Amino acid sequence: MDARRQWIALCTLVRREVRRFMRIWTQTLLPPVITTTLYYLIFGALIGPRIGPMGGVPYIQYIAPGLIMMSVITNAYSNVVSSFYGAKFQRNIDEMLVSPMPNAIIVLGFVIGGIARALCVGAAVTVVSLLFTDLTIHHLAVVVSTAVLTAALFSLAGLVNAIFANSFDDINIVPTFVLTPLIYLGGVFYSIEVLPAFWRSVSLFNPMLYMVNVFRYGVLGVSDVQVVGAYAVMAGITAVLFLLNLYLLERSSSLRS
Amino acid sequence: MPQALAIHDLHKVYPNGKVALRGISLEVAEGDFYALLGPNGAGKSTTIGIVTSLVRKTAGRVEVFGHDIDRQFSQAKACIGLVPQEFNFNIFEKPIDILLNQAGYYGVERRRACARAEALLEHLGLWDARNQPARFLSGGMKRRLIIARALVHDPRLLILDEPTAGVDIELRRTLWRFLREINAAGTTIILTTHYLEEAETLCRNIGIIDHGRLIENTSMRRLLAKLHVETFVLDLAAPVAAPPVLPGYTVRRIDETCLEVDVPKDKPLNRLFAELDAAGIQVVSLRNKVNRLEELFVRLVGEGRAALAEA
Repeated sequence: MDARRQWIALCTLVRREVRRFMRIWTQTLLPPVITTTLYYLIFGALIGPRIGPMGGVPYIQYIAPGLIMMSVITNAYSNVVSSFYGAKFQRNIDEMLVSPMPNAIIVLGFVIGGIARALCVGAAVTVVSLLFTDLTIHHLAVVVSTAVLTAALFSLAGLVNAIFANSFDDINIVPTFVLTPLIYLGGVFYSIEVLPAFWRSVSLFNPMLYMVNVFRYGVLGVSDVQVVGAYAVMAGITAVLFLLNLYLLERSSSLRS
Repeated sequence: MPQALAIHDLHKVYPNGKVALRGISLEVAEGDFYALLGPNGAGKSTTIGIVTSLVRKTAGRVEVFGHDIDRQFSQAKACIGLVPQEFNFNIFEKPIDILLNQAGYYGVERRRACARAEALLEHLGLWDARNQPARFLSGGMKRRLIIARALVHDPRLLILDEPTAGVDIELRRTLWRFLREINAAGTTIILTTHYLEEAETLCRNIGIIDHGRLIENTSMRRLLAKLHVETFVLDLAAPVAAPPVLPGYTVRRIDETCLEVDVPKDKPLNRLFAELDAAGIQVVSLRNKVNRLEELFVRLVGEGRAALAEA
């Protein structure tokens, strides 16, 4: 398949993915906006003033980047895991597997679809944030690159989950028991500086901490972690997951017996 | 000129230890209409799965129009259109989108894909339903949709895995007509089916698989020539009390106006009618009792299994 045909195949897959989450926008785009509004109302407007400033900024402003990143992470993951598993469940994944599309294009198509949804939701949540607090972007390139890289990473993670999943329960286990706790403990609502030394050290093993903090650095200019190191962690995990997905698409017995 | 499909010594052992294919080799010429028959679990779908890369082979070689499916997978896959046994499209998508997506996965440019998709939807009677979610289509429409999807990138080899399973007679005839048309236009077709009448009506060549082995691979004419006896059912103008005795034929009385006659291959039908006439029996209509191929199929599979048991 020459480069031009591969490009057509990739555009087709991305278009299909974007149309899928747009078609069901009440399930994909609306809920995170409502959830984030509630977070701002409760943690930002009601409880926030009693907590006082964190990281040198008002609490409501401190949690804004974390909430945006939380929606980016969960939406990137859930978009790919549900779309790919749905295709596997209905066996319309065979449409792609019998075609001459290389596996790398299939992975890229789903990942770009995940990134697109994550950025749409991220943008919507940012608009909600601006209703509650002022946000002055400290470093736009860091904001955009972190959001895209994080969305890519979790899209790839969602794809791994979907390839292994054998039931709809399997695609809910990881988000519920792994992703959500890691996000909540990854510095969305607090700085790890407020933790005892032991738990602060434990938190450094949580990859979410790096993504949330680099994004927070891009927005507010404050971070609990080293920005360059965090990029390296994200890029490394993304590359490993991409290769793992290529391997699984070729070898997984749930796709090709 | 390379064959449309060339399979060499194909083996498949599933991870659970089940041996599905035991060294199948066959060739399908370009432009052929080829039937792949076999009982359930014989290895037909596994063979098709390997050709279309949905199943990984254990050993052997497969070439599609001279392209090795391992080394030139992209060129090989581009030549194939697959109509699977089950409906496997996204039920929430519209037929037009299903076709356009499939064309896109094959790298067909949007404008060409639209023209091709619209022509197929029209030709297969799906035009009015093109914009409604596929889950609302009738069974027959869904069947036509997966055929249209398989053809949207204009494949040189169309593989149909039991395409008329569960469809009514009228639709089956419509699909037969359509398949004959595209075969006449140059598309090579490989068909697996349980309806032996379908294979006999449509296909020029035939392969029979049983227990993962190819037990027959020949032309339909040669295969049918192997039939020794054909059974006909005769409807009579007047009742008969007992079956007539006709030398060289075995006659059974089904009811008072219906007879069943076994006619050996070397005895002409004219002689049968002459003898019936001499016995004062008038025939108003005649039909085959069972499909000829079905009889032969059962015999060949039975022989194959007996040989396997002896070995």
